[in-house]
Amino acid sequence: MLNILFLTLIGLMMFLPFLNVIAQSFSSSSAITEGKVSFWPVEFTLINYEYVFNDVSIWRAFGVSVFVTLVGTMINLIATATLAYPVSRQEYVGRRVIVLMVLVTMIFSAPLIPNFLLIKNLHLMNTPWALILPGAISAFNFFVMHSFFKQLPPEIIDSARIDGCGELGIMIRMVTPLSKPVMASLGIFYAVSHWNAYMGALYYIDQPKWWPLQVKLKRMFETDDISIDPGASQFSDLAHTSPEGIKMATIIIATLPIIMIYPFLQRHFVKGLTIGAVKA
Amino acid sequence: MAPRPGKDGNIWRMIWKYKALYLISIPSILYFLIFKYIPLGGSIIAFQEYNIFKGFGGSEWVGFAHFAEMFRHYDFLRILKNTVLIGLYDLVFAFPAPIILALLLNELRLVMFKRVVQTVVYMPHFLSWVVIAGMSVAILSPTTGILNQLLGWFGFDPLYFLGDNAYIRGVLIGSGVWRDTGYGTILYLAALAGINPELYEAAQIDGANRWKQTLRITLPALLPTIMILFLLHIGKFLDFGFERVWVFLNALNTENGEILDTYIYRAGLLSQQYSYTTAVGIFKSLVGLALVMTGNFFSRKTTGESLY
Repeated sequence: MLNILFLTLIGLMMFLPFLNVIAQSFSSSSAITEGKVSFWPVEFTLINYEYVFNDVSIWRAFGVSVFVTLVGTMINLIATATLAYPVSRQEYVGRRVIVLMVLVTMIFSAPLIPNFLLIKNLHLMNTPWALILPGAISAFNFFVMHSFFKQLPPEIIDSARIDGCGELGIMIRMVTPLSKPVMASLGIFYAVSHWNAYMGALYYIDQPKWWPLQVKLKRMFETDDISIDPGASQFSDLAHTSPEGIKMATIIIATLPIIMIYPFLQRHFVKGLTIGAVKA
Repeated sequence: MAPRPGKDGNIWRMIWKYKALYLISIPSILYFLIFKYIPLGGSIIAFQEYNIFKGFGGSEWVGFAHFAEMFRHYDFLRILKNTVLIGLYDLVFAFPAPIILALLLNELRLVMFKRVVQTVVYMPHFLSWVVIAGMSVAILSPTTGILNQLLGWFGFDPLYFLGDNAYIRGVLIGSGVWRDTGYGTILYLAALAGINPELYEAAQIDGANRWKQTLRITLPALLPTIMILFLLHIGKFLDFGFERVWVFLNALNTENGEILDTYIYRAGLLSQQYSYTTAVGIFKSLVGLALVMTGNFFSRKTTGESLY
């Protein structure tokens, strides 16, 4: 009984902050600044969302994030699989060397500045590719996929060969359909990390037009006086918007994609995490 | 039967026969060489007075001067202290939290309630640190924040959590516990699900109560998982994470809140002390490596669990 009470309390502690943010995003400026908003909107208003929807720069940042997430995740999965699969095969001469090469990068990683100089010398600064390419393969995910491919029974491959399949045919027609579960789990990990990524953009992007959503959001938090944003000029009635309310509305919009796919997500990340753990 | 690679010249025939496998792996191999190994090699600038116009070849070699400079630097020593303290607090408070929560969840017999709690406690893990910082500013604000309103009901004066050196470490650890405790239970719950129920039945017959069962059956069964995660955790001891600290730092809490990662960014990228901060980065990695190896050694000696 005590246990249930305690877990309810923990659940509330995890959940109530969300409710507080949602409530603030729908509340009027004066209600927020007077500290009257707890878990229910006070003086309900949509003006904060109106502001966000009218701010072109937020939409642009949203677009950059969507692009980086979609294209980045696709590249992640293809790049991880096209190394993990061949290396899982007996016929691949030098597979131990490759595994070692990946392992070394897990133990030793270069500090910030050499990475920065590389991106600069490759002329990737201020392009979305600076957010996608440096993390194309996560070594950890490589090992998860590698052990997945290794436990596929070799008979499957042999039987496909007897049916006249070439190596490419085996990959596309046999292995790819079988690897859907691992692709879904790892795809979710990759996608969430792209959507939430902030650090890479801070390092490699200083032009506002290529900011992803997280950088835009952080900039909004830093500027106390949000009304100097160009988007604000169309709201003569600034008394009703408030920096706090606008920030909260932007948080909701930036988190909405994840919250929306969360029920679907939950099934896969639990699976993905435990696949990874079997290896350890 | 899959043919096996021969010992002599037929290796080349083998490679030719399976050329598709080799071809598709080339881009990813190049990825590791370019994006992982070149910067690793580029770390030699820690031993140079790197000049961006002269490049690696033309810059002057200075040996360990930058490493020596670190330990004379007041800023560095203060930040190292912050990093160690924050790492230590994280180990003490954040590491055991998921174990405790997993044990409590495991005791639940109400399946529906358990599912709801799990869904809720996993959720914060999927928020970005920027979003968490934004929420924290709102919740912890001294004038409008819900937490200070709550404290007010109990008669406390409002605290300026984010604008005070005294609270920043607590905020950093607390936000991490809030975000990751639930998610951290997943691996422990998986380990708990693997315990043979007969063990509990036998213990019950022997008259062990729930607490004794936890102590004698559940915890020993969890020990391998705990040890592995502990080793991974101490490897990241100085690696608290750039993002989660950077998003909380401001002029009022930098003194106690700044860690090596944020220092490397500030002094390295923003003030362009390329060589010096690369030396700091190498120092951090080496300490992490040494900690993992030491921990691994002791863990293998005492519990038999090890990472390698």
